[in-house]
Amino acid sequence: MADQKFETPAFRELREIPDICEGAMDHSQPFIAKAEHNEPLGFPGELVDNWEEKAVAKLGDLLEKNRALRVYLDSCVKCGACTDKCHYFLGTGDPKNMPVARQDLLRSVYRRHFTLAGKIAPGLVGAKDMNKEMLDDWYKYYHQCSQCRRCSVFCPYGIDTAEISMAARDIMDHIGVGTKYSNEILAKVHVIGNNLGLPERALADTLEGLEEDVEEDDGVAVKFPLDVHGADVLLVTPSADFFAEPHVDGLIGYAKVFHQAGVSWTVSSYASEAANFAMFIGSYEQMHKVANRIRKAAMDLGVKRIIFGECGHAWRVAYSFLNTLAGPWDFLDPKYPVPQHILEVTNGFIKSGAITLDAEANDDKVLTFHDSCNVARGSRMGDIEGGQFIIPREVIKASVNRFVEMDPQTTCEKTFCCGGGGGLLTDDLMELRVKGALPRMEALKDVVDNQGVTHMAAICAICKSQFSKVMPYYGFQMDMIVSVHQLVGDALQLGAKE
Amino acid sequence: MTTLSLIYALLFYGATALLFVGLALKIRQYATTPAPLKIPIMPAPLTKGGVAFRIFREVAFFESLFKSNRWIWIFAVLFHAGLLLALARHMRYFQADVWLVVKLIQPFGIYGGMAMVAGLLGLWARRVLQERIRYITSTSDHLMLALLVLIGASGLNMKYLAHTDIIAVKAFFLGLLRFNIQNLPSDGALLVHLGAVIILMIVFPFSKLLHVPGVFFSPSRNQVDDARDKRHLAAWAAPMDADREA
Repeated sequence: MADQKFETPAFRELREIPDICEGAMDHSQPFIAKAEHNEPLGFPGELVDNWEEKAVAKLGDLLEKNRALRVYLDSCVKCGACTDKCHYFLGTGDPKNMPVARQDLLRSVYRRHFTLAGKIAPGLVGAKDMNKEMLDDWYKYYHQCSQCRRCSVFCPYGIDTAEISMAARDIMDHIGVGTKYSNEILAKVHVIGNNLGLPERALADTLEGLEEDVEEDDGVAVKFPLDVHGADVLLVTPSADFFAEPHVDGLIGYAKVFHQAGVSWTVSSYASEAANFAMFIGSYEQMHKVANRIRKAAMDLGVKRIIFGECGHAWRVAYSFLNTLAGPWDFLDPKYPVPQHILEVTNGFIKSGAITLDAEANDDKVLTFHDSCNVARGSRMGDIEGGQFIIPREVIKASVNRFVEMDPQTTCEKTFCCGGGGGLLTDDLMELRVKGALPRMEALKDVVDNQGVTHMAAICAICKSQFSKVMPYYGFQMDMIVSVHQLVGDALQLGAKE
Repeated sequence: MTTLSLIYALLFYGATALLFVGLALKIRQYATTPAPLKIPIMPAPLTKGGVAFRIFREVAFFESLFKSNRWIWIFAVLFHAGLLLALARHMRYFQADVWLVVKLIQPFGIYGGMAMVAGLLGLWARRVLQERIRYITSTSDHLMLALLVLIGASGLNMKYLAHTDIIAVKAFFLGLLRFNIQNLPSDGALLVHLGAVIILMIVFPFSKLLHVPGVFFSPSRNQVDDARDKRHLAAWAAPMDADREA
């Protein structure tokens, strides 16, 4: 965005914590949704009358429905352990980006209206009224949270700021104050089936084009099937995989794995999207609606299994919520978990010898791996605790010879968000995205400078889009970011099986 | 019986009732509010036993705080462990025949009282000196520390400087337990000490001290990682399934 003037933050010593700088990001907010974006989701088109009361009433409704919200609003002791854990705080120094301060924007209203102390002595306990100034702060700072849940790892009570920012966004949507980015996308999913608004015909053309490209490059007729009834596997993948770089190289990787292992699979044009942006806006109802497109597609196509492609929050929704939202899955083959992650499947094929990888194909690269926040802290892979850290690394190490870990304070469950998650991957938040990426960029720079890392792999469509956009601000090439299945696809020995 | 003894006795009865009823209502509220989705912070235990162990480590060792900030952890452990020992030492005031374990713990209870005050002062210093924590601090956070320091300091004061008649104090509390109010010594330090405890009991269910029940009800810590195996469905969300196309 040409009109957004800001400086890319300078690299610091690893793990350095900035001084607070009040109001540093007070100007940052996403484009507000118009009536045409809100109404298809059942939200009011614009700020409603008596919105103060309605916001408080919606908060009351959520308090009845969500134990997490109630417990988290009550339990914080303001110990300060979370204050230096958020990438947006570390990148901006704005104190309202400290997780506890972000929570306090909602907690102060909760205390004012729902607790005895806040009703009788508001000034004493930091209780505040819901007013325009508060709403503005909510809109700004609940859209400076990527719901990555890193702060929750470090909280003695596990207080999850994501739950609070989701509640705040849900309340704002219910009084007519949503973001254009998320709400417009959700409306597209309901009508067309994916975030990009890619209709069935365009999707078919894209997949045909990919078949031609792979045949041209590798001389093998790898199929990209669409709406094939009776296929064994329904692949649900983020729609960015159909065209964006480096995402599409990941999709080619999945197709090669399926081809080589002899799996019959299909993509659905009705549920052509793994992402579920309803999680970002904290709407259970919307999330339920989007998730059930997958149920319908699986039933209509008569598949036996569901496999998800590389996507972070999608895998959280899939792994942790899909059974709740769209289950039970008793019509699928009980031999397989529902759903499976593509990396679980690929790793299984590597182990069983169903596919063979030649890691030398990637000898021009030294890899590191960015754990995507939603995969790391919101899901699992495989059947042991922490499988979501082990399996991607096993697959990468089978595909490349040189692999390096970043600073352990920035990996596995302590991983930093890419800076673009949680419904913030929009150009109107470019400054926030660049600054929020700083902690990851610092850890990356460390391994680039000291261990010769040339590429960073990720397993999330948002991470991939975000990094290819913000890495150039930090002096890295945008193509440093790769899909894990791009590495797999390049190393895979097609047709070589005995 | 002096008027003062009557006032303190009634305050203790009232504060005890508020503490227990208030906490019971809060616990009931936490227990009956549904958790609509599985949101454990991963990696999470795959079994209920594993979850119990995870919560135990949080409660007993403040595991996450240890990972998070070593200074806060040290002061928090000093305070909480010290408070626990001091409370254990005080059990002798409620037992006609003091248990052996309570007798054995007596000297450690003193150290506990000291550790408690030291930990509180450390936490308070961070609240004032560390700018990030200063930013998130409300008046009530200072008052809570002040109240706890007052309890600890007035207690230590009675141990080392201005002794009180602890035989009479014990008679007062045993009397309270039997609804037979006895005379309470009227020493300033004792009245401050007990008054502060009464205030603490009263504010407990209405303040951030709710982190005590809260730590057990935090869905991000107390849920089992079994979402793919078992369907988790809140009663309020279940009717939505009837509307879906299939």
